[in-house]
Amino acid sequence: MSTSPSPADPRQPPPSAGPATDRLAVVAAGGQVEPEVHERVRQTPAVLEIDRFNLWYGTKQALHSITMPIPHGKVTALIGPSGCGKSTLLRSVNRLNDLVPSVRITGEMRLNGDPIYDQRMDVIELRKRMGMVFQRPNPFPMSIYENVVYALRIDGESRRVVLDEVCERSLRGAALWDEVKDRLSESALGLSGGQQQRLCIARAIAAEPEVLLLDEPCSALDPIATGKVEDLIQELRGLYSVLIVTHNMQQASRSSDYTAFMYLGRLIEYGPTTDIFTKPVLRETEAYVTGRFG
Amino acid sequence: MSSDPLRRRRSTHAALAAHGEAWVWLTGGCLALALAMIIGLLGYIVSEGVATFWPRPIELIELTDGRKVLGEETGRDKAPDGTGRRLVRTANFELTGKHFEWFDDGEVTATTRPAEATVVERLEGGRFQGFPTRLLHGDEVVAAGGEEAWRGFREKHPDIRRRWREAWRIDKGDRGVLQRKLRAARLSVVQAGLSAGADSPAGAAAAAAEKAVAAEVEAQERRLDERTAELRAGNEGWGLEFATASGETVVLPMADIVRAWQPNKASFQERLGVYASRWGEFLGDDPREANSAGGVFPAIWGTIAMTLIMALLVAPFGVLAALYLREYASRGPLTAAVRIAINNLAGVPSIVYGAFGLGFFCYVLGGSIDELFFRPALVADGQPTFGTGGLLWASLTLALLTLPVVIVATEEALSAVPNSMREGSYACGASKWQTIRRIVLPRALPGIMTGLILAMARGAGEVAPLMLVGVKKLALDLPIDGTFPFVHPEREFMHLAYLIYDVGFQSPNSQAAKPMVFTITFLLVAIIALLNVAAIWIRGRLRRRYVSQQF
Repeated sequence: MSTSPSPADPRQPPPSAGPATDRLAVVAAGGQVEPEVHERVRQTPAVLEIDRFNLWYGTKQALHSITMPIPHGKVTALIGPSGCGKSTLLRSVNRLNDLVPSVRITGEMRLNGDPIYDQRMDVIELRKRMGMVFQRPNPFPMSIYENVVYALRIDGESRRVVLDEVCERSLRGAALWDEVKDRLSESALGLSGGQQQRLCIARAIAAEPEVLLLDEPCSALDPIATGKVEDLIQELRGLYSVLIVTHNMQQASRSSDYTAFMYLGRLIEYGPTTDIFTKPVLRETEAYVTGRFG
Repeated sequence: MSSDPLRRRRSTHAALAAHGEAWVWLTGGCLALALAMIIGLLGYIVSEGVATFWPRPIELIELTDGRKVLGEETGRDKAPDGTGRRLVRTANFELTGKHFEWFDDGEVTATTRPAEATVVERLEGGRFQGFPTRLLHGDEVVAAGGEEAWRGFREKHPDIRRRWREAWRIDKGDRGVLQRKLRAARLSVVQAGLSAGADSPAGAAAAAAEKAVAAEVEAQERRLDERTAELRAGNEGWGLEFATASGETVVLPMADIVRAWQPNKASFQERLGVYASRWGEFLGDDPREANSAGGVFPAIWGTIAMTLIMALLVAPFGVLAALYLREYASRGPLTAAVRIAINNLAGVPSIVYGAFGLGFFCYVLGGSIDELFFRPALVADGQPTFGTGGLLWASLTLALLTLPVVIVATEEALSAVPNSMREGSYACGASKWQTIRRIVLPRALPGIMTGLILAMARGAGEVAPLMLVGVKKLALDLPIDGTFPFVHPEREFMHLAYLIYDVGFQSPNSQAAKPMVFTITFLLVAIIALLNVAAIWIRGRLRRRYVSQQF
């Protein structure tokens, strides 16, 4: 998982990072750098505010004072080399990291203004406001239909009309309806990998989430299935606020509105995707997106 | 470069050990040996068990001392001096005092297979072997001469047998029902006396009710008496006269004859008929002659009932315990210690479980139940109801015995559920319990079924603890039958595995019982296999539904 190789103490004064020094080298040495956040990121109202968020696995710090707004109704991509904390950050948003016993956090996140890490926040209710899709397709051992309406079922919804409506809407939303409409009662485990992943997306959007979290949704798929899921992400644009972790530069540049570049648990640069990929402020970012580093 | 000490040594040809050929042979050989032993054991049981009921020819053996014996050869071996000898089932216990006899080959002058040699299975006294001479009804000779008598017997016997069966059913079933009714009425008098005093109006009412019941039972008994007397009168006097090989004349009452056959003369179909009829009796009837003949139906019933009740009891306990251990308990030294303790529990000798079952279930639990709910029986005839061995306690004891198997298998199954499924469920906003109930448990069900299959196989073959907690040599009242309340978990029962021990090693006529032991073993193995096949079939369905292929 995402762990920093250098145990850094946040209380230590950060070594100064002048524009001339290589920020990545500073980070690798355990220092702090000021992230380069473009002004245009703040022009759209944020669905999710991440505010000086730190996270430790035991004694290893995995996230260092991340501060970034996630714009409402847009697709935001998190990129960076392996182990930079992208997935950890994503799993912190819906507090899946709570399940790991050794995790400790400081800082705050707010979902539409509600503090996520507040004592009074009910984790279960919080997760119902979000949808998440994982690296590997993880359909549940039940029928396609039951998979899609799972979130409603656990909420106690049992009216057939409502469930039918949600099932069809979600499967259409995930571009899967035409392929499975005749076999909704069959096991979801019989679908192909790409279909399973789109089913997982359908499941994630069934409960009308305020934010959709995608954790490298295409990394376990073949190129054709990847293409279909990417098309789907394009279609979700504008309908949902999406936070997507990806390893794939093309994917990030094609399907996202904003891109954040992370390195060893720090946010390095964050701005509109076109700017990040064509005229990044930092040469470190440029080096990464052009493939010269990472 | 050859002087470089760090240079890797290269062999010109791969060594035999590197190819691993030897290991393939070793591992394959071990498997082959295990298979051979299993197949050998099962094959021996099946071949012996299946052959038991086939009617084999009987021989008339003439001996040097002038004796003539009619018997079925059942075994042969060599005496130390090299001469052969044979074991012959000579039967006719009431005349010779023996069921079997050894004859040296030197003693035997001639063996023949007379066509009219007849084997008779009787209700009591073991087999009889001889030649039919006359069919008698009272003083009247109905048929004389071997062939006529045999034909007459075949004609009359089914009717006689049917009458005997009806009388037997009345004695066993209907009278039992009446006796139980009478006992219930008597106990309610005692109950009324205990709770309200014997002189109270309730006591008087109960006493009056008992009188009415007693009168009714008496009237019905009288009707049954008449009926059985009538049936018995129909069978009275019918007898088949035999001449034995040694010349005695014996008249066997026809009602005592279960079946008779002439194996030397019988066609294949007739033999098949005898074979089927003996299997039918074995599977469907009560035992006779100290379990060494007749059927084992109560034992089949007891075995299946106990195994299923055990599975029903152990499944929820084991699964819930494993769920807590795997899903809820925090990982630490205490959990590890509990896990080790559970594994070790599987190594406790089963008789210890039996002793625990007797001490705790029967005496403590059962005793308390008796005190609370069955006090009248305790007071009136000092008879425990639940406070002694019984089906329920035996099932509970075996459930305890097989609990480790189920817990370990369930834990394995739970840990095999991919974490991604749990996370997916949590991400949908499911609570831990919802995740367990809707995702983890269904997905783990096939593995849990595997544990149950192992537990059932282990439990169905267990004998030692059962001897202490409710299995009896003879218990003809089934634990589930047609009398209210239909399920009698407090009743003692028979069990096939115990029957193997009883028939094989406690029987007064052990030579005759030996083939029965094989047949019972065969039957027990077949029943366990059947239960397993059923469970495996269910598991296969579950697996198709919940596990299936990853892409």
